[in-house]
Amino acid sequence: MVFDVWKSGEVLGEEELCGSHATVINERRILPAIEFKDVELAFDDQVILDKVSFSVRRGETKFILGPSGTGKSTIIRLILGLLKPDSGRILIDGEDITDFDDVELMRIRKNVGMVFQEGALFDSLSVYDNVAYRLHETKTPEDEVEHEVRRMLRFVDLEDAIDKMPSELSGGMRRRVGIARALVGNPNIVLFDEPTAGLDPPTARTICELAIKLRDIEDVSSIFVTHEMNNLEYISTEYAILDREGNVGFELEGETRCQLNTEVLMLREGKIVFSGRDEPLRHSDDPYIRRFLRGK
Amino acid sequence: MSGRFFFEVIPRSVYPFSRTRRPFDRMNLFTRFLFELQAITNLLWRSIKGLTKSPRYFGEIINQMDQIGVGSLGIVVMTGFFTGGVLILQAYPTLAYYGAQSNAGQGVATSLIRELGPVLTALMVAGRVGSAISAELGAMVVSQQIDAMRALGTSPARKLVTPRIIALLITLPLLTIAADLFGLIGGGLVANQLYGLDTNTYVSSVRTGTDINALVTGVIKPIFFGLIIGLISCHKGLTTKGGTVGVGISTTQAVVLSSICVIISDFFLSKLLQSALDSTLF
Ligand SMILES: Nc1ncnc2c1ncn2[C@@H]1O[C@H](COP(=O)(O)OP(=O)(O)OP(=O)(O)O)[C@@H](O)[C@H]1O
Ligand SMILES: [Mg+2]
Repeated sequence: MVFDVWKSGEVLGEEELCGSHATVINERRILPAIEFKDVELAFDDQVILDKVSFSVRRGETKFILGPSGTGKSTIIRLILGLLKPDSGRILIDGEDITDFDDVELMRIRKNVGMVFQEGALFDSLSVYDNVAYRLHETKTPEDEVEHEVRRMLRFVDLEDAIDKMPSELSGGMRRRVGIARALVGNPNIVLFDEPTAGLDPPTARTICELAIKLRDIEDVSSIFVTHEMNNLEYISTEYAILDREGNVGFELEGETRCQLNTEVLMLREGKIVFSGRDEPLRHSDDPYIRRFLRGK
Repeated sequence: MSGRFFFEVIPRSVYPFSRTRRPFDRMNLFTRFLFELQAITNLLWRSIKGLTKSPRYFGEIINQMDQIGVGSLGIVVMTGFFTGGVLILQAYPTLAYYGAQSNAGQGVATSLIRELGPVLTALMVAGRVGSAISAELGAMVVSQQIDAMRALGTSPARKLVTPRIIALLITLPLLTIAADLFGLIGGGLVANQLYGLDTNTYVSSVRTGTDINALVTGVIKPIFFGLIIGLISCHKGLTTKGGTVGVGISTTQAVVLSSICVIISDFFLSKLLQSALDSTLF
């Protein structure tokens, strides 16, 4: 499908260019998918976001790191318009959604998939109906719905649980159903709020592969909030390619290609303390960042 | 209360619909009341708007009517039956003392159809359905299901509030009629079995008591009560905050507030309907 995501990286080719920014700018990518301009938000007296500005390009995955309670989930809720900022502007696909009302927001939300930190499945609906939710709302014919739901559940390896109720699932299974639900309808922005917390390493890896696939093959822009450093490792160093048969493969960046579509944003007490590619982050001398990455 | 707050928050937030910040705790009672009233009106407006555009959740309305209406039939019928019975039980000796026992049916009919039927049914439904609605919505808020619903592009007002309110508007009058009927039957049974009143006398007396004014009053009231119960319970449920404890609190508040509102509005509705109906031809 869309290859130019990493083609820009391929053009640059050489290893030493890996650290520099892509010089090949595709017209289509000029408008960022998500843009925050000086966003401020406080809950009562507690300032959560203090003039936060960043943007997520199309086809880019933005990691948000930061200690618990710094406002990572809050940023995601702002993007969906579930919360309004005190000041500043939020743009989605070039549209300023800050003052949108619910009707206008509904239109924006149709293109945004969100994976909630706690899953947030509808517990009165079965796994099937949860995943099918969006399609049922748009009155899609049932055979199409079933096809799509099965495809998504296979994606997260949960096809067996299709008739179960959310209360019969484990935490990790719920999370995966939440992911499947968020991805139905092919949104072009996906927000992952700690999608791998509490999952076993192979499943967590599957979810990272999913994120890589979305980024490189489906050209989806995403925000990935996580505390797991290996998620960052996987997503920022690997890329997905389609072979001639249409199978997806994963390769490490290196000699021929490098990954330019993943950036990291680090928050601390309402401010962005780091923004950029993963390599500078890893090599940062900042004691706070070092401590955050290594835990000591 | 700063001007900024009024203009920024009143138009479309207070409510789960945008900002979750609600500095309610700092307000005095009156401001808080105004805000709640505003939020409830807002909710009413949204749920009405929910009807004007598709998707309309007809299946959900039927489902709610089943849960609210059919589910409450048993307790409502029992309430009506025993209320009718006890009315006769208490009133009959006095009536007999004045030699007016043949009017017993009229007394029961008037008080049941105009007052007790609508109010008691509404109170029972407020207890049974109001609590269920606010607990369900509250749990959905707390577990972020409402957020998820909005994130998936559905308006909770349209999907959750409108069907519940419509179901209440339709079923509460029907339930009230059922309560009235069984109340009259209960009264008749007591009059006949305990006091040996002739059934025909009772029935014809009941017919005297059920004039058109009483019937209109008895049906209009539950429609209002249904709206009150539905709006308050949905509002309380959707504004739940603070985890499972919050669900408990909003459930209690929903039942207490809707019961009180039913009783208070009953007085004013009675007065209003009385003047309105008396001035018409009936
Ligand atoms: N509705 C609310 N009312 C008041 N304070 C809130 C509300 N929601 C969040 N907060 C506060 O905002 C801060 C940021 O919360 P948020 O959920 O965004 O953190 P987070 O970065 O996602 O943390 P974690 O990594 O633990 O998920 C927290 O300190 C929290 O106490
Ligand atoms: Mg969070």
